[in-house]
Amino acid sequence: MSDTVKPTETTPQVASDPDAVSITVNGVEHAARKGQLLIDALADAGEYVPRFCYHERLSPVGKCRMCLVECDTGRGPAITVSCMVPVAPGMKVDTQGETTKRMQEGVLELFLANHPLDCPVCDKGGECPLQDQAVSHGPGESRYLEEKRHFEKPIAVSDLVYLDRERCILCDRCTRFADEVGSDALIHFAGRGNNTYITTFPDQPFASYFSGNTVQICPVGALTARPYRFKARPWDLRQQESTCTTCAVGCRIAVQSSHDEVLRHLGVDSDPVNHGWLCDRGRFNYEQLHSADRVLQPLVRAGDDLLPATWSEALAEAATALGAAKAAGGAGSIAVLGGARGTNEDAYAWARLAHEVIGTPNVYAQMGDGLPADLLVLERATIDEAAAASTVVLIGPDLKEELPVLYLRLREAAVKGRTRLLEFTPKLSGLSTVAWRSIAYEPGTLTAAIDTALADDQIAAQLASGPVVVVAGRANLAESSTATVQAVRTVLAKVPGSTVLPAFRRGNVIGALQVGMRPTEGGLDTRGVLQAAADGGIECLVLLGADPVADFPDADLARRALAGARRVIAVDTFLTASSAQADVVLAACAFAEKAGTTTNIEGRVSPVARQVTPAGSTRPDWMIAVELAEALGGDLGYDDVGQITADIAENVDGYTRVTPEALSAAADGVVAYAPTGIGPVALLAGEAPARSSYDFRLIVSRTLYDQAEGTAHSPSLAHLTTATTVHVNPLDLGRIGTTDGATVKLTSSKASVVCTITGDESVLRGTAWMPFRHPGVDPRELIDCFAHTTDLRIENP
Amino acid sequence: MSRFNDDNLRLAKEIIGRYPKARSATIPLLHLAQQQEGHLSDEAMAHVAELVGATPAEVLGTASFYEMFKFEPVGRYLINICGTMSCALGGSDELLAHAEKVLGVKVGGTTADGLFTLERAECQAACTEAPNMQVNYRHCHRMTNELFDRLVDDLRSGRRDGDIPAHGTLARVRQQIPAERAVGPAALDDRGAPAWLPAKEVGG
Amino acid sequence: MSSYRWAAGYIDDGDRPKIVTSRFHLEDSYTLERYLATGGYQALRHALARTPAEVHDEVRGATVLGRGGAGFPAGTKWGLMPADKYPRYLVVNGDESEPGTYKDRLLMELDPHQLIEGSLIAAYAVGLAQVFLYIRGEMPLAHERVATALNEAYVAGYVGKNILGTDFSVDIVLHWGAGAYVVGEETALIESLEGKRGEPRLKPPYFPAAIGLYGQPTIVNNVETLSNLPWIMANGAAEYVRIGTETSPGTRMVAVSGHVERPGVFEIVNGTTTFRDLIYGDDFCRGIRNGNQLKAFVPGGGSAPWFTAEQLDLPFEGKLVGAAGSMLGSGAIMVMDHTTDIPAAALTLTRFYAHESCGQCTPCREGGTWLERVLQRVVDGRGTSADLAQMKEIGTSICPGEFPHASSSRHGLDATPFPYKMTTICFVGPSAYAPVHSALTLFPEEFAARVRDRVQIPVTAVQ
Ligand SMILES: Cc1cc2nc3c(=O)[nH]c(=O)nc-3n(C[C@H](O)[C@H](O)[C@H](O)COP(=O)(O)O)c2cc1C
Ligand code: SF4
Ligand code: SF4
Ligand code: SF4
Ligand code: FES
Repeated sequence: MSDTVKPTETTPQVASDPDAVSITVNGVEHAARKGQLLIDALADAGEYVPRFCYHERLSPVGKCRMCLVECDTGRGPAITVSCMVPVAPGMKVDTQGETTKRMQEGVLELFLANHPLDCPVCDKGGECPLQDQAVSHGPGESRYLEEKRHFEKPIAVSDLVYLDRERCILCDRCTRFADEVGSDALIHFAGRGNNTYITTFPDQPFASYFSGNTVQICPVGALTARPYRFKARPWDLRQQESTCTTCAVGCRIAVQSSHDEVLRHLGVDSDPVNHGWLCDRGRFNYEQLHSADRVLQPLVRAGDDLLPATWSEALAEAATALGAAKAAGGAGSIAVLGGARGTNEDAYAWARLAHEVIGTPNVYAQMGDGLPADLLVLERATIDEAAAASTVVLIGPDLKEELPVLYLRLREAAVKGRTRLLEFTPKLSGLSTVAWRSIAYEPGTLTAAIDTALADDQIAAQLASGPVVVVAGRANLAESSTATVQAVRTVLAKVPGSTVLPAFRRGNVIGALQVGMRPTEGGLDTRGVLQAAADGGIECLVLLGADPVADFPDADLARRALAGARRVIAVDTFLTASSAQADVVLAACAFAEKAGTTTNIEGRVSPVARQVTPAGSTRPDWMIAVELAEALGGDLGYDDVGQITADIAENVDGYTRVTPEALSAAADGVVAYAPTGIGPVALLAGEAPARSSYDFRLIVSRTLYDQAEGTAHSPSLAHLTTATTVHVNPLDLGRIGTTDGATVKLTSSKASVVCTITGDESVLRGTAWMPFRHPGVDPRELIDCFAHTTDLRIENP
Repeated sequence: MSRFNDDNLRLAKEIIGRYPKARSATIPLLHLAQQQEGHLSDEAMAHVAELVGATPAEVLGTASFYEMFKFEPVGRYLINICGTMSCALGGSDELLAHAEKVLGVKVGGTTADGLFTLERAECQAACTEAPNMQVNYRHCHRMTNELFDRLVDDLRSGRRDGDIPAHGTLARVRQQIPAERAVGPAALDDRGAPAWLPAKEVGG
Repeated sequence: MSSYRWAAGYIDDGDRPKIVTSRFHLEDSYTLERYLATGGYQALRHALARTPAEVHDEVRGATVLGRGGAGFPAGTKWGLMPADKYPRYLVVNGDESEPGTYKDRLLMELDPHQLIEGSLIAAYAVGLAQVFLYIRGEMPLAHERVATALNEAYVAGYVGKNILGTDFSVDIVLHWGAGAYVVGEETALIESLEGKRGEPRLKPPYFPAAIGLYGQPTIVNNVETLSNLPWIMANGAAEYVRIGTETSPGTRMVAVSGHVERPGVFEIVNGTTTFRDLIYGDDFCRGIRNGNQLKAFVPGGGSAPWFTAEQLDLPFEGKLVGAAGSMLGSGAIMVMDHTTDIPAAALTLTRFYAHESCGQCTPCREGGTWLERVLQRVVDGRGTSADLAQMKEIGTSICPGEFPHASSSRHGLDATPFPYKMTTICFVGPSAYAPVHSALTLFPEEFAARVRDRVQIPVTAVQ
């Protein structure tokens, strides 16, 4: 059943469990676990009790009454709601008796009474718990002669989800998900009794980043996903387990396709990672695979044009460029940026090509919009450890926007009272409302804010009360990463024993950095490479799925770098702002078109599956590396991706446990450790200057729906991106002499832009926030990547 | 159409202040909004949501559960004729038919002049006084066709304005807790036994 | 007011002990002045002079059976709260809406101070942090009277901080409902008071005594239950148990409605007064209207299975009535004379419960409406005998196993005692079936005639 996709693993049987509770199921003794719900214990005993409202990841509500069984706890058989009652020693359960059967038939008949039974045209038909359970536990035929409930046919409850109220069985799953898990109780029951229905508030759609999960857990076809509606029948779908690489949480997914086209992603319940949930971006951005804008074959520049070429022509062109560069400026004049969007195997092959064959130390997978790689050598925490820590110190971006399912996990930990969140943020975040303490700081004052907080008795006592995990990421692209690095070091120094969960964002950035896409001795980081290129010192710039023109925080420098680099080779799936300027574009496979492994923020390595044939003549990055090496006279020695996986396990520090065998045995992946040899990265010298009281200090950060290539080329998601406006605290609007929605002029040390202004309570007074990579005004024009902070004058134009 | 006016906003905040959790004030605040406007508009519900810390969808979910909240304007007088057993045994079907005839509307309808909305209601806790009905929830016992006609006349002519305010106003007396006498809501993290309870007696 | 009479329906003829209605004959019974002049708030003083535990013991000793329907003794219920868990709350259940029930409204309209004093006694006895007085929304007069009484009592120092100069302090907050019968169910009442949809909670694990309002220990008591406490504190539990029987001490308020000569609300002696006394007694209803024959009566509110003349001599006592196949519920008797169209009468109740279903559990949400529709068809003369069988099938889906009913010598039936098994969360679902089941069991011939003859007659033949 689609709503309970389980990792394919057999849980090892524990021989003698002190927590075992003995119950009798249909006359046979069975050992259940203490505290286990009866419905789960019965399933373990091989008796699957039909259910609709019960879902393992939601709190039980016992509403649908489908799971009733007769159970004797010593006072005679009593009707028992198996999804609500924990097992008790000596329980005798009858799942086959007359009463139980009659109840199941009765409840199912009542469910079907008002159900339209339009299975042939229903997306859920073929994988529908109602349909399935009606067959297995139902009365056979309905005797309902009355007029059925009527509602307006499918209505959009959000941009991505449609609701057909006639099919809804009011199981409370979608609403519980929205309320308990997703934190957006924007979808709710209304009406009463037989007129109860699911609804959103007028003009307030179910605009949740997690809305697709409701479609997956809806036990009928009442909720459907717009991208998938009427696309396929379940029996036509082929599926494989894989890992989402849209961000670095690494949610486990099932990729489903029909006729060589990916049509759906479903969340797979991985206990240490995503609990079955996905964010909508990860769920729906498979649409990019079939975008008409894909680069389907290699391209070679001829004057102003990039013209199609054969692979041998393009590879030869690329090899020539690299050769010429080396001849002109030595290996040190070549730089390879990127690798964070591919697999570990892609990154490893490219790291070897760059370091061993080309011989350059200038290799980096971070785009200058995250944190430096040396943070990875700090003692690492897993997501589970963070979600179980007594305190999580958040120093980083709004996780809801950047690492959505990590946000869900931490939110749950906070809401259930297991974990207290101590948040430091320049702007209210998705977690602020559930944080134990949310400390807002003005950019440039983070370390001071941390010093003050740690001196507070209550906070100190909290930090001393148990394990502490620091979630560290880049909160502000208009402030140097130096601030975050110093902040993390401060916390680690003052709270010994705390561990770090790096909130790095790009899909496989951790894997790429760990397997070698990082500078070696004397090498430059991304900013260094771009600066050198702008200064004319880079003979050949290789962009491995990297787009510095769009992603590097300092737009001006990135632009000058691309113009200054003598030769540019791009490996990409789309023609981006950067790859469109390349001399050679090597057409790369996208996600689901290539196999391999990926490494998430914890260091957890899990497989990525090839589910469809690569588009056009595209090739996986690793294969391109192998061929380019060959053209350069080297030999990486790989014929297939499995060899690289094995090679990584053999050669990469920290990956020794991550063998192909270990991976295929572990459903939840294998955690790799960071290599020890990541050298310290240079920090910005000096301190952030004080802000003049006339100025606003700029914060630039990402939202989930930005103009990233994958989002922009997925039609269902693309239109969710909003135009850039500058946000200030409503109280500051008057100070500027403007009003919400008016146009203002923003001036920094770098540039001046004109932009619409928005009053926003989540922004601190004296600061201004702008979204990163949204349509319209580009805040990166204002940023100087060599400055600690960015200050703005905001005035009427 | 509207959010709370200043007076009602003050009142709303006072009401919220009586509960350990703001959300508890949802129903009283919805009544207050209905008193201000005669029915519940989306804006009013959104304002209540804001005040009690719930989503508008949650407030709509609560409001739509209860019979008394109206999402469209109703007549100045909402006439509810009880049709549950005791009143039915006492002839409420006949009374309802008469009311439909006199008012010229079917159950659920509002008269063209906007004065009366007619509804069929469930048990009104006046079972010995069948058939019973309510006008803006004011009980009218042992109704006959003649009494009904007279009542409608009186309402039309304003003779009952003194005791039957327009739809939306529930009670004309509100609870007032003098500040100096108020204990205030018991904070949920206040785990101690109250002062007058000797510790040894806890558990009662 | 033309159609509103003072203390409408209340009848106090006869020489009966009065515990909760002693002021009902006074025009200004609801004022503080009158309350004080008639011994009001003396019981609170008695209580405050004793320890909370002593007060609790006194209430326990009186065995005041809950008047809201379940009949659980109040003192015992209070004792179910976990020790050492605070704050604790009291929610006063003034949501009176069970068909046939009419007493709590009178108690709130006519003697609000008595209820306030009762609530204070409870608060003192078990250390309650706050009292919420939840009044049904469709009772503006009760609301106004209780609000006025509370306002007076606050100013006079009976409610709020340092009551009567002691360290006993408690707020009573008046809360209004908004029209939903199911909210009278105590856990739904709590949900509603939390600002949510009034959906009953599942039990276990959420018995309100342990996990109630805001997850804290909570007592829910009916208005009448609490209104007994001032008398008990003033006169002692020993006096109280002298009235009525051992298992059902004291008095209770009963509304008798329907086809009787003199419908009314009476305070009767608990446990001994019989249905015959109530329906035929001179001090009570004085027989069936127009000298007609009794056909059936509902002994305990709309949810209760029906009785016929064969059960008239049963006393108003929970265990006996339960054994006879019904329940006492909320003190509401609805009488049908021989002119009554039984299927149509049953429909008025089934429609009520179908309409009042909260909708969260499938058997009630779907089954109640289905029952209503089939029964409507039968009443309209469009039913078939398959429909009659179908109603029983739907009923079995709501209540598997035997459903309680009275004995009937006419049909050679023995009684099936209370209670029933149910697939629903609360009693609303089964209540939609109870009238159908009683009517089908005790008057099968009326249904048989209806599906055969397809005739239609009004609910009551107007005499
Ligand atoms: C569907 C349903 C409706 C109820 N309605 C009321 C009601 O209107 N008033 C009331 O006091 N109790 C009502 N009850 C009973 C309450 O759940 C609860 O038992 C009672 O308020 C407890 O008070 P007591 O112990 O003083 O009787 C209802 C119960 C059910 C199942
Ligand atoms: S829409 Fe689906 S998930 Fe939501 S309540 Fe209806 S059936 Fe359940
Ligand atoms: S949170 Fe990240 S890994 Fe998970 S589904 Fe979303 S984008 Fe994919
Ligand atoms: S039985 Fe009816 S009223 Fe009670 S919880 Fe279930 S649906 Fe709601
Ligand atoms: S699965 Fe248990 S009641 Fe729905």
